[in-house]
Amino acid sequence: MIPADLSGIQRIIRRNKRRDLIFAIFGFVALLIGVLTFLALFLQMAFAGWERLTPDFFTSFPSRRAGQAGILSAWVGSVLVMLVTAVSAVPLGVAAGVYLEEYATRSWVTDLIEINVTNLAGVPSIVYGLLALGVFVYAFGFGQSILSAGLTLGLLILPVVIVATREAIRSIPQHIREGAYALGATRWQVTRDHIVPYSMPGILTGVIIGMSRAIGETAPVITIGALTFIAFLPESPIGPEFPWVNFEWLKSGFTVMPIQMFNWTSRPEEAFQQNAAAAGFVLVLMTLAMNAISIWIRYHLRKDIKW
Amino acid sequence: MVGHIAMRSIDRPDGQAARPTLGSVAGASSALARDGRSLPDTPPIKAAAENFSFFYGQFQALKSITLPVYEKHVTALIGPSGCGKSTLLRACNRMHDLYPGNRYEGAIRLLPDNTNLLDPAVDPIEVRMRIGMVFQKPNPFPKSIYENVAYGLRIRGEKSRSVLDDRVEEALKGAALWAEVAHRLNEPAFALSGGQQQRLCIARCLATDPEVLLFDEPTSALDPIATASIEELIDQLRQKVTILIVTHNMQQAARVSDFTAYMYLGELIEFGETRQMFVNPVRPETEDYITGRFG
Ligand SMILES: Nc1ncnc2c1ncn2[C@@H]1O[C@H](COP(=O)(O)OP(=O)(O)O)[C@@H](O)[C@H]1O
Ligand SMILES: [Mg+2]
Repeated sequence: MIPADLSGIQRIIRRNKRRDLIFAIFGFVALLIGVLTFLALFLQMAFAGWERLTPDFFTSFPSRRAGQAGILSAWVGSVLVMLVTAVSAVPLGVAAGVYLEEYATRSWVTDLIEINVTNLAGVPSIVYGLLALGVFVYAFGFGQSILSAGLTLGLLILPVVIVATREAIRSIPQHIREGAYALGATRWQVTRDHIVPYSMPGILTGVIIGMSRAIGETAPVITIGALTFIAFLPESPIGPEFPWVNFEWLKSGFTVMPIQMFNWTSRPEEAFQQNAAAAGFVLVLMTLAMNAISIWIRYHLRKDIKW
Repeated sequence: MVGHIAMRSIDRPDGQAARPTLGSVAGASSALARDGRSLPDTPPIKAAAENFSFFYGQFQALKSITLPVYEKHVTALIGPSGCGKSTLLRACNRMHDLYPGNRYEGAIRLLPDNTNLLDPAVDPIEVRMRIGMVFQKPNPFPKSIYENVAYGLRIRGEKSRSVLDDRVEEALKGAALWAEVAHRLNEPAFALSGGQQQRLCIARCLATDPEVLLFDEPTSALDPIATASIEELIDQLRQKVTILIVTHNMQQAARVSDFTAYMYLGELIEFGETRQMFVNPVRPETEDYITGRFG
């Protein structure tokens, strides 16, 4: 009903504003549920594991005595595996995304690939573990190593990187591309000088989302044979002589944070539960740190990109 | 109505100068096919479309266009929205090759070498290196002012810092932008105003010395003051480079161009000297359009 007079108009405005308020409250509550759940989990782990969060905890190997056990092999393992994951997934994912967006002409083949990539993102991670066990561990002979684990998780996050790359590329306005082509640039020059740099913030976001998922993955890493009890470190990636790098660590056995946690939670003693909570707290901090770094990098890249 | 008055106030030239009509255009370009020269009473031809047709898939956007572009003069393409002005302009640097399903017929020749730009054997990159383009919306790269101007040189393999510096300065001066940006070449290009950005895009083209410059409604996203500065710039540039400009603004065509082509529904209706055309168009359709009775 269309109001005829001023008081009618005011009544309608009041009604509309009430609806506005109802949604605002609902949205706020929804947000609160998410935030509070995270805080509850995080704080609970923090309180439960608080006493164990000493420097020794970070520099000790696991032990049969809960009080002496630490996460040294686990956090080093996680960091190294993540390194391999990033180094393998980023170039492959970016190249695939750029190819699909800038090079491939649209046809049913690219449509098929597109559907495939999207579905790949939904494949349960244990399936990646099985695949990797057959391919990396046995067929390629990489063994139950950091290399196998890193590549497995790399495959796992590949679809995320590809999708993020494509999204980022699509947000580059066509007239920027045309400006470069009009100067006589080749497709490769446009890709190298414009497409990749301008989509970097978006790509990074995707990489970090993928890595945050990968760092917490347990199933595929156990499938390929991560150990649950490790009392040694892989060889240092920095060698004593020229060229000062050393790739022996890639072949090393390993464990990672979530597996260490899982191992401890399956022990009956209360003290190990404390260790698990402390490790969980550290794992969440590692994820938060990755996110913080990505936000920082993104901010710095994005402030120079406008159109 | 203002437009009507403004246009009618252009002084009638004394005497009736030779008016290149479609017939003489065809004559000019067939003469050009023989010896690369144009009719004696017109300037030398830099480029010419000959029976040029263009198809977006099944849709024919341009129908057998024959049009000369005279060297170091400004030729304006006018006509109602959707008549094919941009399509014609973008054919001149093979922009349509970037998208699938587009098809060219006929020829666009570039003089003095008489290359058919549309020949599949001619690399579109070679065409784009000879012919620069300025777009409707200023489209500087999200890089520094310096890198924007240097980019064309970089993709041509220029690495020497001093050469780049010199050419960047020269191009920015050529685009009447040097004074405004000389002290902040390393600042991002998007920090410039719209008009400055468009002059930057012009400088970006000038840096590589194109033979022809294409402008697609270069001022339609700009305010009147920025528009005036771009028009002034085009007026200076005509001494150095051949210009083909699309505009939907007839006063602009009247102000900046030497020759005008009126297009309608993919066809070239009339081509002539701008002064002639605005004062005394041959075809009634042209007259209707430029007097604002339609369009
Ligand atoms: N990419 C395209 N695909 C199909 N048709 C197009 C495309 N671009 C333009 N057209 C059509 O071609 C005709 C000419 O367009 P255009 O050259 O952009 O006109 P103008 O620049 O004179 O306004 C219009 O009918 C338009 O709808
Ligand atoms: Mg247009």
